[in-house]
Amino acid sequence: MTTHTLSVLVENKPGVLAHVAGLFSRRAFNISSLAVGPTKDESVSRMTIVVDGASTPVEQVARQLEKLVRVLKVVELHEGSAVERELALIKVRAEPDRRAQLLEIAAVFRANVVDMAPGTVVLEATGSPSKLDALLSMLDHYGTLELVRTGLVAISRGAATITGPAAAPAAPAGSAELSGPAVPAVPAALAG
Amino acid sequence: MQLTGAQALVRSLEQQGVEVVFGLPGGAILPAYDPLISSSLRHILVRHEQGAGHAAEGYAWATGRPGVCMATSGPGATNLVTALADAYMDSVPMVAITGQVGTSLIGTDAFQEADITGITLPVTKHNELVTRADRIPAAVAEAFHVATTGRPGPVLVDLPKDVLQSPMSWTGWPPRLELPGYAPAAEPDPDRIREAAVMLREARRPVLYVGGGVIKAGAHAELARVAELAQAPVTTTLMARGAFPDSHPLALGMPGMHGCYAAVAALQEADLLVALGARFDDRVTGRLADFAPRARVIHADIDPAEIGKNRAPDIAIVGDVRAALAGMAAALAELAAADGMDAPDVPGVPDAQPRTADWLATVADWRQRFPLRYAQAPDGPLKPQYVVERLSALTGGEAVIVAGVGQHQMHAAQHYTFTRPRTWINSGGAGTMGFAVPAAMGAQVGRPGELVVAIDGDGCFQMTAQELATCAIEKIPVKVLIFNNGFLGMVRQWQELFYEERYSEVELGTAIPDYVRLAEAYGCAGLRCDRAADVDAVLEKALSASDVPTVVDFRVHDREGVFPMVPAGRPNDEIVLGPEFTAEEQLAASRREMRVREGAAR
Repeated sequence: MTTHTLSVLVENKPGVLAHVAGLFSRRAFNISSLAVGPTKDESVSRMTIVVDGASTPVEQVARQLEKLVRVLKVVELHEGSAVERELALIKVRAEPDRRAQLLEIAAVFRANVVDMAPGTVVLEATGSPSKLDALLSMLDHYGTLELVRTGLVAISRGAATITGPAAAPAAPAGSAELSGPAVPAVPAALAG
Repeated sequence: MQLTGAQALVRSLEQQGVEVVFGLPGGAILPAYDPLISSSLRHILVRHEQGAGHAAEGYAWATGRPGVCMATSGPGATNLVTALADAYMDSVPMVAITGQVGTSLIGTDAFQEADITGITLPVTKHNELVTRADRIPAAVAEAFHVATTGRPGPVLVDLPKDVLQSPMSWTGWPPRLELPGYAPAAEPDPDRIREAAVMLREARRPVLYVGGGVIKAGAHAELARVAELAQAPVTTTLMARGAFPDSHPLALGMPGMHGCYAAVAALQEADLLVALGARFDDRVTGRLADFAPRARVIHADIDPAEIGKNRAPDIAIVGDVRAALAGMAAALAELAAADGMDAPDVPGVPDAQPRTADWLATVADWRQRFPLRYAQAPDGPLKPQYVVERLSALTGGEAVIVAGVGQHQMHAAQHYTFTRPRTWINSGGAGTMGFAVPAAMGAQVGRPGELVVAIDGDGCFQMTAQELATCAIEKIPVKVLIFNNGFLGMVRQWQELFYEERYSEVELGTAIPDYVRLAEAYGCAGLRCDRAADVDAVLEKALSASDVPTVVDFRVHDREGVFPMVPAGRPNDEIVLGPEFTAEEQLAASRREMRVREGAAR
């Protein structure tokens, strides 16, 4: 499935989420995920919306979003030039005899154990959606009892920001991200 | 200065320059009605809130100024929804003020509570639930700003009762607008405008496809200049009737499902469409994939989201269409001067040998061979088209015509000879039956000295006829011509054509109600006409100056259809001329012969 990631700055006012969600529903645009949170400026919230590009021309989605009075800015983030992350909490069946194997898988995917009970563990995993999908398919074998995902959040690489051009000289092309969980132990294919 | 929220509301409306509010009070909006007593605002008490909404629309269509309506919470507000949806579809500038239950009651299913901002979210350009009295002036000013700038549209302001009652400090007008995310209109790009002019000049078979945006932008004079400089034929959509005079030699009439053959065929054969404030609506394009298959497209629109929504343009001009047309006219004149063969300084004087000469001859030929055609026998049943043509003749094409939705609307749009903008008012995108009577009321209020004539169907009329009471009491002298065929005529026509004449629930009957006596009961004059021979006399009587609204029951032929017709979802090439044309004529129309002068390349 081709998807497009839109970063949307909106006024932090009542009803804004309804306006955005209502637009998607009225125009029959398909959303894969939508994540909302505050920004440095408390009057502004940021949404990351992943749109199913096959059914919906992303240009049209962006133009319609821009028309909403409470929407401040719409930017499409492209996979290569943006860091994209999603967080998942996964409750997995973990009988004592299989727990060690599970923890090994968690380690490979750099997932943390955030809760452990007799018979279950809750894993916290962060990464690209495809990495999380890969982890989930591994865990299926053990029995995933419950799952919650945040939906994708994304930010552009380099010095440019959503509110303006580069504040500092642009980083060299292909600059790697400097922090975050993705370091070697994870197979390249699985890394964010 | 200390005011109540309600006083601040009324004062804001006054400061905004509002002259009239169409409304109906109720519990939650009560506080706002008290300061109205001592206000300069004229309030017109309607009989149903839907009437207030359509009246505000009619006022806006007729004047270009925003219409204002007001209703109470719950059912009062929901009765405005149809009008808001209608205004949203047709980009009509309008502000709706609604009462809301007190802030402490919101969400509790209180008496007459409805989540009207939630309900109207998809049918308003913007809406706001105001939660502080101090915010009222800015909320009102923002509502008018948003409603009237960029692509116009309806805005709703929802005011809880306690917000209207609480004190606020009035700090002067205008308030500061807080609309950081609202950037309505960019200046059209001069480079694109020049490219468009070049493309238009090079085109051999251009058509100017004119939508409602041209009227809203007040761009009719610029349009005429571009058309004349380019010697390009012009088709005006249902939303744009009157933007270009129907009497002009370059006028093709209306395109689309019930468009004139010449207009439909010209779009299909064009090598260039210049879409101006138009949105490639399905009623214009027919099956989109088959629409204007050989044409390049220049699309000028103030709404960037319309560019490429249905048809990808070759040149997009985003911004005010008046500026775009003025720029194109200047560029065309310049190009012509550089060429040395045209006479750009004499608007209206065609070139000695315009590049489009063959094309103009072709469309003139189509117009002459495949006109709008109907047959009015002297003693036969009265034809609605005949009534429209007589109305057009008797009013010189100068009346303000308001239509409902259906066959009568199409007959009016086809057969009235429009001469100037803002004389055609109807429900285009939404297709709201019941639009005409209240919209005519609003139009008449906005243009008090002018002749305002509603052409309505009997089905439509019965949906909002109660506003005749408002018209009679407020001395709003609208003329309402009911084309009474006793049917939901357009639905009947579709059942005839597409459901093997299986007529299901479309017969209303012509006699109940008795429209003449109904008119009289409402304090209006009532007339009836069922013979072609009487049409002129009845119309003259109906149109004569009077401060009493007049209703005419025209008993028109119940079998009459609207033609030409492109069946819904079919390519425009499948246009059906109708029963007044022979099989040979239909065949010739389908083959669409192009007239080419001898030796000239097509």
